[in-house]
Order: sequence, then structure tokens, then C-alpha cells
Amino acid sequence: MTYDILITGLIIIAQILAVVVPVLISVAFLVYAERKVLALIQLRRGPNIVGPFGILQSFADALKLITKENIIPSGSNKIVFILAPIITMVLSLAGWAVIPFAPGWVVSDINVGIMYLFAVSSLGVYGIIMAGWASNSQYPFLGALRSAAQMVSYEVSIGFVIITVLLCVGSLNLSKIVLAQQTVWFAIPLLPMFIIFFISALAETNRLPFDLPEDESTLVAGFFTEYSSASFVLFFLGEYASMILMSSMTVILFLGGWLPPFDVYPLNVVPGVIWFTVKVIFILFLFIWVRGTFPRYRYDQLMRLGWKVFLPFSLFWVVATSGFLVYFDMLPN
Amino acid sequence: MIIYSLTFYLFSSVAVLSALMVISAKNPVHSVLFLILSFVNASGLFVLLGAEFLAMILVVVYVGAVAVLFLFVVMMLDINFVKLREGFLQYLPFGALLGIVLVIELGILFLTDRSSNIYNNQTPLQPIVNEVENTKMIGQILYTEYFYLFQICGIILLVAMIGSITLTLRDKGGVKRQNIDSQNTVDASTAIEKKKVKIGEGI
Repeated sequence: MTYDILITGLIIIAQILAVVVPVLISVAFLVYAERKVLALIQLRRGPNIVGPFGILQSFADALKLITKENIIPSGSNKIVFILAPIITMVLSLAGWAVIPFAPGWVVSDINVGIMYLFAVSSLGVYGIIMAGWASNSQYPFLGALRSAAQMVSYEVSIGFVIITVLLCVGSLNLSKIVLAQQTVWFAIPLLPMFIIFFISALAETNRLPFDLPEDESTLVAGFFTEYSSASFVLFFLGEYASMILMSSMTVILFLGGWLPPFDVYPLNVVPGVIWFTVKVIFILFLFIWVRGTFPRYRYDQLMRLGWKVFLPFSLFWVVATSGFLVYFDMLPN
Repeated sequence: MIIYSLTFYLFSSVAVLSALMVISAKNPVHSVLFLILSFVNASGLFVLLGAEFLAMILVVVYVGAVAVLFLFVVMMLDINFVKLREGFLQYLPFGALLGIVLVIELGILFLTDRSSNIYNNQTPLQPIVNEVENTKMIGQILYTEYFYLFQICGIILLVAMIGSITLTLRDKGGVKRQNIDSQNTVDASTAIEKKKVKIGEGI
């Protein structure tokens, strides 16, 4: 009896490690890739000293940051100050529990997978608010207020985009959402929703051009101004891990997850996990490309885009999609 | 099933403890954070009951949206902690009365026949596993049997929304607003005006 529990516990821990370790390694390489791509966009060389082509730069940076002194401001609320980066990091890793990398390659294949992802990504705002409040300093507090308003606004349109996809699938299970795209990826019939989702994902992960919570030209470093050393590393890792998570969510909802583009011979022998990775890398490249191309939004423009453009348009598209599905009798069971 | 009961006791004890901390924490922001912890644990209990849709909705709506705005407001308030404690004795009788009424109600519930059935039922509480997902089950009941109630809820929310907008909307004069369309349609012919300036006079 106790032996069984031990085995179950070990299996659970092994599954968690099998997902978390590759995610953390890919975060390190994503940071490297971002610096390289930005350098190419700006006609620079980028990191090229540590290791061949500078490929070990992120590991060197992580080592440097962790060995630095961890400063906790004396006026801060210490427990909340320390909890904030931990919450950010944990939440960005928790979402991976339901991501299907290939048929059957999923830690927990729950019925409400997409709702779980939505819930976890909407909790991400707490790390930022807590950090901004606990620092007891003006710039972090302004950053926290900005992020609270921004993330709540863009969640609304993300919710409507998810509803549109669910109307076409008839299930909240992520594996079923992928399998429903066998004939055509949802990015083609729902192209406007795909674009809205991608832009909202940029806002939800606080990436440029919507990185107002950490706007360095007005707020020093925004909500993590007071953070140093390991707690800063946790914020940094959390931001990139949630970037990869949102990219995976985009791939599952719109780009057919692990499915090949066409179900023909040379394409369908490639393992699903490779297709999944290639698509995620493509979306991540878009994230970095946007960062290298667009200037930062002003705060009122950001709010206008979220509430006056995306919300009415995605609401209209929900109605249009459901009307279309009902009229042509294409509703899934 | 040991893991199941362990998680049940973990979720429920943390939920009760954090609910206690909500009312006893000195700092109001801590109170809100404990409230959030309590919500998350309640949603964990929903998952154990097999009501995963309700659990996720609880997290998305209450934790992800309502509590964020709540925290937002509490953080912005300039709260004087000493003043906050002053009214404690004044409100104590009323609060105690509410507490006593609640305890009596719970006591009546536990002493009636209804609760004894729960104790006699020896089968352990376990998630109810059905073929139909509970998201679908909720939909099938909500949009057929309780259709009118559902619509009334929607209307109540709409009225509340319009009410809060009319309360906060103030149209002050002299506010500069950006007109994106007119900005985007600007070209050289509308933006630049050519004038012939006479020497020694200016415009």
C-alpha cells in the first residue's frame, strides 16, 4: 500500500521534471535567441564571446546574477516582497501541466484544459501587483497599477477568442482542440481572431510594444526596480517561460498543435513533438520580431486598443461564428 | 485514495486558516491576499468534487478579475491603521450577533435528520465520474430549465454595469482627446500651409 503511494509519487515527480527541465533550458536559449535576433535586426553582432557563437551567454548571465547580493529594501513588506517573484515563476511553470506536446504526451489531460490555461495566465498579474506594492517605492507601484489594468483588459478579448475556438471544437480539452484541426488549422478560417489573440498575448505577457509595466524610459524598470540577484532572475525566467506558454497556447488553438501542415507522406512521419516545437519557435520569433520593429504604445492608446477595438470586434466575431455554425448546421456535438 | 483525502484536508485546512487570516490580518492588503488564497483553495475543493468547470470559473472570475480590482482599490486607499482599529468595540455587538446567528443556523443544520444521513452513508466522498463532461451538463440545464433565471441574471448585471458607468462618467470640458482617424488622414496638403511673407512685416 505505502509502496504504491511511493511509486505514484515518484512518477508524478518524474513527469513534472520531464516538463519543467526542458522548459527552463528552452528559456535560456530563448533569451540567447532574442538577443541574437535583435542584434541582427539592429545590424550588430550580439553575444558572441561565451562558448561557440556565444551560445552559453544566458548560463553565464544566470550564474552572475545568482552570485550577486540579494538586496531587500528596508521599507519593503518582506514576506510579500519575497513571495512575488516565486509566484510569478511558479505560475508560469504551472500552465505546462496541461499542454499536449504530441498525442498522449501530456502530464494531465483534463477536460477543462483551456480554462485551466486561461486561469493560470490570468493569475500572472498577482506576481507583478505584489512586487510593485511590497517594494514600497513609487516606480514599482506605478508599474504594478499599469499592469493590473492592462492584463485585466486584454484578458477579456482573450476570453472571447477562446470562446470562438471552442464553438468550432465543442470541447474544452486541449487534445480535442488539436484533433479538431485535422482538416484545416483554425488560423485560416479564424484569421482575425488569430491576430487578436497574438496581440493580446503580447499584452498579457507584458512584451513590447505593450511592456508599460516595466517601461524603462519612464519607470526605471517598472515593477522589478527594487529586485536584484536571484529574485530578479525568477522574474526574468517567469516572463520568458510565460512567453513560451502563451506561444504554445497560440499553437494549440490556431496552428494545429502537433499536427503536420498536410497529412501527406514525408510530412506525417515527422514526430508530432517536432512539429509542435517548430511552430512554437515560429511564434516566439514573431514575439521577438515585433519587439525589434514597433515602438512602445502610450498608455491611453493601449487601453483604447483593448477596450474600443479588440473587445467589440471579438464580441462581433463570436456572434458571427456561432451564427454561421448554426445556419449551416456545422455545430460540433 | 489516501492521496485524495490528504489533498482534501490540505485544501480545506488552508482555506479555513486563510479565511481566519482575512479577518485577523492587520494590513488590509494582506487580508485581500489571504482572501485570494482562500478562493484558490476553494477551487481546489471543487476539483476534488469533480466539478472542474466551476473550479476554473471560480479562479478566472473571482481570483483573476474581481480580486485584482479589489486589491487595486485597497492598495490605492490611504488607510490609517490606528483609525481602522478605533471602531472595533463599537461594531463588536453587531458582528457578534451575526456570528451567533450563523452558528445557530449551522447547528440546526447538523442536528436535523438531513445531516445524519450523511454520517450514516459510509461510502467515502469521491469525485463523480460521468461520461458527459460537467461543462456540457451545466450548459444543458442552464439554457433549458433555468433559461429565464439566466436571462434575468444577465439583465441585473447589465443594469449594474450601466449604473456604475453613469455614476463614474463625468464629461469635463477642456480635456484634449486624440482623434486617431483625423491623425491618420493628415497629409502634406492639410498639415502645411504656404504663405507669402512680405519682407519686414511678418505674418
